[in-house]
Amino acid sequence: MVVFRRELRSYFATPLAYVFIVIYLVLAAVFTFQLGGLLERGQADLQPFFRWHPWLYLVLIPAISMRLWAEERNSGSIELLMTLPITLWQAVVGKFLAAWSFAGVALALTFPIWITVNYLGKPDNGAIVAAYVGSFLMAGGYLSIGMCLSAATRNQVIAFITAALVGFIFLLAGYPVVLDFVRGVLPQALVDGIASLSFFTHFEAISKGVIDLRDLVYFAALIGFWLAATALVLDMKKAE
Amino acid sequence: MITTKNLSKRYGDKLAVDDLTFSVSPGEVLGFLGANGAGKSTTMRMIAGFVAPSAGAVTVCGHDIEREPVAAKSRMGYLPEGAPSYGEMTVDEFLEFVADIRGLTGARRRERRGIVIERLALAPVIEQVIETLSKGFRRRVGLAQALIHDPQVLILDEPTDGLDPNQKHEVRRLINELSKDKLVIVSTHILEEVHEVCTRAIIIADGRIVADETPSALESRSRYHHAVSLRFERPEQMKEAQREIAALPEVAEVESDERELRLTAVPRAGKNALPGVSAIIVRHDWQVPELHLESGRLDEVFRTLTQPPARAASNVGGMQT
Repeated sequence: MVVFRRELRSYFATPLAYVFIVIYLVLAAVFTFQLGGLLERGQADLQPFFRWHPWLYLVLIPAISMRLWAEERNSGSIELLMTLPITLWQAVVGKFLAAWSFAGVALALTFPIWITVNYLGKPDNGAIVAAYVGSFLMAGGYLSIGMCLSAATRNQVIAFITAALVGFIFLLAGYPVVLDFVRGVLPQALVDGIASLSFFTHFEAISKGVIDLRDLVYFAALIGFWLAATALVLDMKKAE
Repeated sequence: MITTKNLSKRYGDKLAVDDLTFSVSPGEVLGFLGANGAGKSTTMRMIAGFVAPSAGAVTVCGHDIEREPVAAKSRMGYLPEGAPSYGEMTVDEFLEFVADIRGLTGARRRERRGIVIERLALAPVIEQVIETLSKGFRRRVGLAQALIHDPQVLILDEPTDGLDPNQKHEVRRLINELSKDKLVIVSTHILEEVHEVCTRAIIIADGRIVADETPSALESRSRYHHAVSLRFERPEQMKEAQREIAALPEVAEVESDERELRLTAVPRAGKNALPGVSAIIVRHDWQVPELHLESGRLDEVFRTLTQPPARAASNVGGMQT
């Protein structure tokens, strides 16, 4: 699709994309080796690597998503895009897929870590593939949230902060500490409901090596919901 | 063919566009005039499908812009105000992107691409990144983008803004050529442009149409319509002529410009002051280097139509011409 190609190319047209990828890779390595203690654990798996992904994405994905619409609105190019003969949905999906592919490229470039554990031991490569898939889906979830918030403003800083904030809520909702806290005041069914809305719960499940249909449906529904919300926000701005 | 029906746009409490109904046919070049903030751009944005109307409808070549946006948009070329584009792309990449979205392929694509690059003289900057270009080039890239698919309908929001006089001339020539078989709507606040390119002018003030006629009909609304303008060689001649012309029954008023030694005799409605004025000149045997009949002043008509009368009188010369 045309919008997808243009967007993807625009990522690599500026040095920002390369800076982003380098920061992502450095942070991923620091978390994995320093905080995660990959080498010291003496276990051939990538848990220390994937465990930090929800937190890494919390900061880095909004940096990708913030410009998606806010920049177009600020430069005025949105007026051009919206008066070309494409549907709103095509524009939204094209932009999302481009951003998601870019995140996918960054994720794929962490392959040396995978090679490292294979060199040092015999990991369960099936589980690692599953975790990569889970991580990619989670990146899509963060992106779709960030994209919707980017559509609501012309200010990229606001788009970044709100995306990180909403992402933080979606992440925390799955952490045992938070769930224990709300369990005291809310009925169990509601607590489970909250937990099942979190990235963390579903990413955790997939990264253990089991790709459950429910987790896939969760991410698909999450992304679909936020893309529809993006289209709605754009449509409301048009009528404003 | 474009029709708008009871088109309105409300921003909060303010009615930016108030119940516009008009239609434009192929072959017409409609000049859309109005002071800043009168609702020109909002109207054009609603026609182009960027802003949704609060009430009313726009139809482009039979397609409602809200209900069949893709069909309507594919028949239009639109230059938004300020000619925005993707700054990080080169001119070439940008035109290719628009050609892709417009579904141009094969020989026709090469032909159209060649035509717009040639007509807008973009060849020297074709490999340059758009954000490094001058304002004039950016405007021309915006025009190229609007023209690349040879649309039946062209909507141009201030197409000559920021261009130098040569470029302005070139763009006006382009519009004149296009208008043979197309429908063009141009918004502008440059009044000379109306005369050069438009076959019809709509003036809006506070979101409402206050005039919709040909540029010549607009000019004939001017109090200077058929006014006699003449220049003298000596100040004392001018003084004397002023007295005598003012005494003519068909003359309503005589304005004088001391610096240029120029008199303008404004006739009473429906009267012609020229024979009387010439008779005076002949009688005195004055050498008059310049004498002509004015067709009317658009800027004066524009001011009277778009400003409350009290302000119009005290604000002479405030409008750019």
